[in-house]
Amino acid sequence: MDLLEYEGKRLFADAGLPVLPARVAGTAAEAAAAADELGLPVAVKAQVKTGGRGKAGGIRVCHSAAEVTAAANEILGMSIRGHEVRTLLVEQGVEVEREMYLAISSSRALRGPVLIFCREGGVDIEEVARRDASALVRTPLDPLLGLCDYQVRDVVASAELGTAESAAGVPARQALAGVVRTLWRLYHDRDATLTEVNPLVLTRQGEVVCLDSKVTVDDNALYRQTDLKRDEGEDGREGKARRAGLAFVPLDGDIGVLGNGAGLVMSIIDQIAAAGGRAADFCDIGGGARAEVVAAALELILEARQVSALLVSVFGGITRCDEVARGLIEVLGGRRLDVPVVVRLDGNAAAEGRAVLAEAGLEGVTVAPDATAAVSAAVAVSRAASAGSGGEA
Amino acid sequence: MAILIDEHSRVLVQGITGREGALHTARMRAAGTNVVAGTSPGKGGQAVEGVPVFDTVRAAVAETGAGVAVLFVPARFARDAMIEAADAGIGLVVCVTEGIAVRDMAEVTAHLMRRGARLVGPNGPGLITPGRCSAGIMPADVFLPGHTGLVSRSGTLTYEVVYELTRAGFGQSTCVGMGGDPLHGLGFLECLELYEADPETGSVVLIGEIGGDDEERAAAFVRDHMTKPVVAYIAGFSAPPGKRMGHAGAIVEGSSGTAAEKKAALEAAGIPVAAAPTEVVALLRRRLERRRAQ
Repeated sequence: MDLLEYEGKRLFADAGLPVLPARVAGTAAEAAAAADELGLPVAVKAQVKTGGRGKAGGIRVCHSAAEVTAAANEILGMSIRGHEVRTLLVEQGVEVEREMYLAISSSRALRGPVLIFCREGGVDIEEVARRDASALVRTPLDPLLGLCDYQVRDVVASAELGTAESAAGVPARQALAGVVRTLWRLYHDRDATLTEVNPLVLTRQGEVVCLDSKVTVDDNALYRQTDLKRDEGEDGREGKARRAGLAFVPLDGDIGVLGNGAGLVMSIIDQIAAAGGRAADFCDIGGGARAEVVAAALELILEARQVSALLVSVFGGITRCDEVARGLIEVLGGRRLDVPVVVRLDGNAAAEGRAVLAEAGLEGVTVAPDATAAVSAAVAVSRAASAGSGGEA
Repeated sequence: MAILIDEHSRVLVQGITGREGALHTARMRAAGTNVVAGTSPGKGGQAVEGVPVFDTVRAAVAETGAGVAVLFVPARFARDAMIEAADAGIGLVVCVTEGIAVRDMAEVTAHLMRRGARLVGPNGPGLITPGRCSAGIMPADVFLPGHTGLVSRSGTLTYEVVYELTRAGFGQSTCVGMGGDPLHGLGFLECLELYEADPETGSVVLIGEIGGDDEERAAAFVRDHMTKPVVAYIAGFSAPPGKRMGHAGAIVEGSSGTAAEKKAALEAAGIPVAAAPTEVVALLRRRLERRRAQ
């Protein structure tokens, strides 16, 4: 689960990482009040779960109340890479001496966390590394040993902070070491899979401050991060799916897809695309294919109004296909679907399953002999439906 | 011995008194598996399906000589169960459980590596050497003993492809479901290495999906080190970036981990990639015929 900048900064502040005073605002009036409270100048920042907001005009430094109101009006409602801005963070201004980059993320290849530091931040760090390899520190962290002191020293040495120190007399080198250690604790204790600070800045006043936050928390660990609220997805359907025990991803095609197993459903979606159609969703009902799970899946899929056909693909492994067929009859027979349905059953007792379905003779339900036939049938009926409704070709 | 497990493997089931544990113990035994023990803290002395239950893995290993542990343990207790197995001297840990935290898996994989224990999974169906041993939840009826090795990131796609292989008369030496999580135990690389060295395996089917670069590294390994024919199937060509497609590890991040990239890497290494699961058999047959003709 990705956190918004201000949500991440709350975790930062709780952990003891240095962040600037800031307020969350949902309207221009709230933004203006926040600026008044914080004192000018302030930065008005779009809160979206995507990168590139700076380039998109989602961050503005404002020197007057009028500028704050204008910036807030402009940024609220803006769409940044398809994400609508509904919230702003109004943050106290800062004089930046230098920008750096610091992150800890989970690496599949290294099977554990990796610490990345670059003494130039706010830019493409891979680019910096190509120019000057010494500017980048990339250290795998042992999941059982955690962050070691020598690794912190490596980062501090690479930062080349010299004798900079804060007004209170704290050397910047010492402040940076503290930030690195605290970020690791936060990464570990909050079950993060990514904690990124870009930029991490050295201010003119010699302070080290986290100017941005990017935090991803492991969905599988939310049971022990009880203060964090689950992300319900843009249209709420992903949350509903999770509660129903389904894996669900909305897509933008018109063929509803439902099947058992993540790989199998991905594969069916690919085959639909190869046959010239487009799937409306990814929906994995898992093993067993119980009637109530199938019913919940149908509800979710048919919520999308563009769905013009439904493809059900089940491979019976342990589950017998005739049991799956009876479950489908229970669900499909109990309600009138507005869209044609194609069913593919294969594997354990597939012939029996197909026979059970054919015998039931449900209106609008076609039983396909195999996956290839099922995919072409679904693509054909969706085409006929969109031609019939005068929709786009 | 095929790879990893065979009729000599002595299997222990952790969480044997649970519904899933008991059900799959019966299924594994029906598939020819020598299930020698089960564990369930506080339930030592009982029996499930005629299998003696112990409180601890250590006691079960001491009493029965179990060397393979299959876990049917909820996600939040899986970390401890895997560490307990490795600490008791189990050499192969098989974890079916879905939804284990990333931090737990990082710690478990590091610990098991130090212990010299192997891990299959998590979030996968386990592995099977048809007719001899099943350690996990694969539907044994679909399989046929033979000489094609298989390694896969997806359970149901494995069953689909194996179903086709079996119907076409291509039996399997061993099939390994490595699981759909980003942090997992044995991967393509380790399994390919084992298949290459296994005298019972004549060819290998690799089933991949979006996310990570396991397929790319497997391609390089096949190109540089394998003499046996390998064919592949990859799922997820039409997956949108940034979305987890059911499996925690099935995600296109930025522009990396795409199916197209993986297909290109495999093909560049001389591995044909099937357009659909049903096409795997035809590709395999062609590769084997070409080899015979040489």
